[in-house]
Amino acid sequence: MITTATIPVFDVYALRKQFPVLEREVKGKPLIYLDNAATSQKPAVVIDALVQYYTGYNANIHRGIHTLAEEATAAFEATRETAKHFIHAAGREEIIFTRGTTEGINLVAYTWGRANVGKGDEIIISAMEHHSNIVPWQILCEEKGAQLKVIPVDDAGELIMEAYEKLLSDKTRLVAITHVSNALGTVNPVKQMIRSAHKAGALVLVDGAQSTVHLDIDVQDMDCDFFVCSAHKLYGPTGVGVLYGKKHVLEAMPVFQGGGEMIKEVTFEKTTYNELPYKYEAGTPNIADTIVFKTALDFIEQTGKEQIRQHEHELLQYATAALETVPGLKIIGRAKEKTSLVSFVIDKVHPQDIGILLDNKGIAVRTGHHCAQPLMQRYGIPGTIRASFAAYNTKEEIDELLLGLEKSIKLLV
Amino acid sequence: MKNVKTIQETEAAIIDSFSLFDSWDDKYEYIIDLGKKLPALDEKHKTEENKVRGCQSTVWLTADYKDGRVYFSADSDAVIVKGLISMLISVLSGHTPQEIIDAPLDFIREIGMTTHLAQTRSNGLRAMVKQMKHYALAFQAMRQHSINDHGNRRTETKSH
Repeated sequence: MITTATIPVFDVYALRKQFPVLEREVKGKPLIYLDNAATSQKPAVVIDALVQYYTGYNANIHRGIHTLAEEATAAFEATRETAKHFIHAAGREEIIFTRGTTEGINLVAYTWGRANVGKGDEIIISAMEHHSNIVPWQILCEEKGAQLKVIPVDDAGELIMEAYEKLLSDKTRLVAITHVSNALGTVNPVKQMIRSAHKAGALVLVDGAQSTVHLDIDVQDMDCDFFVCSAHKLYGPTGVGVLYGKKHVLEAMPVFQGGGEMIKEVTFEKTTYNELPYKYEAGTPNIADTIVFKTALDFIEQTGKEQIRQHEHELLQYATAALETVPGLKIIGRAKEKTSLVSFVIDKVHPQDIGILLDNKGIAVRTGHHCAQPLMQRYGIPGTIRASFAAYNTKEEIDELLLGLEKSIKLLV
Repeated sequence: MKNVKTIQETEAAIIDSFSLFDSWDDKYEYIIDLGKKLPALDEKHKTEENKVRGCQSTVWLTADYKDGRVYFSADSDAVIVKGLISMLISVLSGHTPQEIIDAPLDFIREIGMTTHLAQTRSNGLRAMVKQMKHYALAFQAMRQHSINDHGNRRTETKSH
């Protein structure tokens, strides 16, 4: 029998049928969910996999000798293997499960940071970071007497690379940079930035919270030292994330939390620690959601990452062109390379008012500062209205967004 | 004393006017209209101190205490919030601290605005109500304090 590789055909209407929540109504109108940068909705396969776990093989992992424990452990470790492939890590021991991106960043700040950053050292972040990639470094700098340096952003929402190169010096210990801005959609040239940082002798942490669902992630090609992301923005469950670290970096780091699973042997005199990745996975992990994370990653692969990207790119272009026709509307963030989100402000209208009126039409957008207050200060605005698109969004939904916006503006101005 | 409507009467009047609307669009249109009509707060009151925490939009709230009654004035950079404030002011302003403290404010639920009381970071109504009640508590404490002061003074006078 001859089997030929088939390229999956992308049919957004068929895809939508796989997401039960998209069938619901809000305020008597069909839900239009455009807050995907905050969290994506979940396909039925993911929801079903959770039920299957709890009804079929719920058990604590790694220790039990019985069948259920074996099955749960195998499923848990299968996710690690899938995640490894998804971001192209060199080994499974480089994949550490966390609660999410924020915990991943904090883990690095508390372990690697405390061991490697000292008085007078510098950490570089950018003006477009999410608070989660600012505050852990601020805490570290304050504790150690180190300095936080900030790469400025230009009017278009791109990092000013000359300024970045100038900030790098032999004092730089770490560059912690977002791959994609959650408020602007800007895709940063991380590969180039990592090369420069390494030349200066610094390590690099890439915040992949916003990028992993949209871009092909290859941590080896990127050559980052740490990479963090969250499952819930990848059509997966909340409460699970991945911290990738280069093996030799992770091995040299001190432990994070103490407890079960992370130990090899405990006596009251001394405890020896488990090997990677378990060294950083103390306590019973979020077993169910970690197992189901694999289903979400498989779902993305099966739908076709390239097809999704193509579709989302079309949505971005369509939405940008449509929004530009609205009088008084200004798009914030016009980087050449963007993921599928549009942030904007409207003359004489507060973003919150728009958010409330759009919700009244069943349209979910995000309004406010998007946990990036320094970036809002940079543009001198209290916040923006952000519409962010996922694989299941349609041009018809963008048409509805436009209609809703026009009606709201008429009411408000 | 002027014939002031009780808090319950004003609430009932608001519930009445909202019962005439068939759609959410109409409700919001009405609230936006109230917001637009609320007189702007004098710039000198738009201070950091007068900001109400917990709102995605900026809300400034001040209160005056005159003849045993509390008078609120407020402003916001978001017009729906301003409309909600306008209703709260019409219900609570001109009443005694005790009346304000005791006000159940059922009208918010009755007119279907509970989403604005939800404990999400974006909604400021809860914070506004709390702040208004704090003002009432503060004025009441002040009043009691001054009564005590008077009492003390009188005792002192007597003892002379």
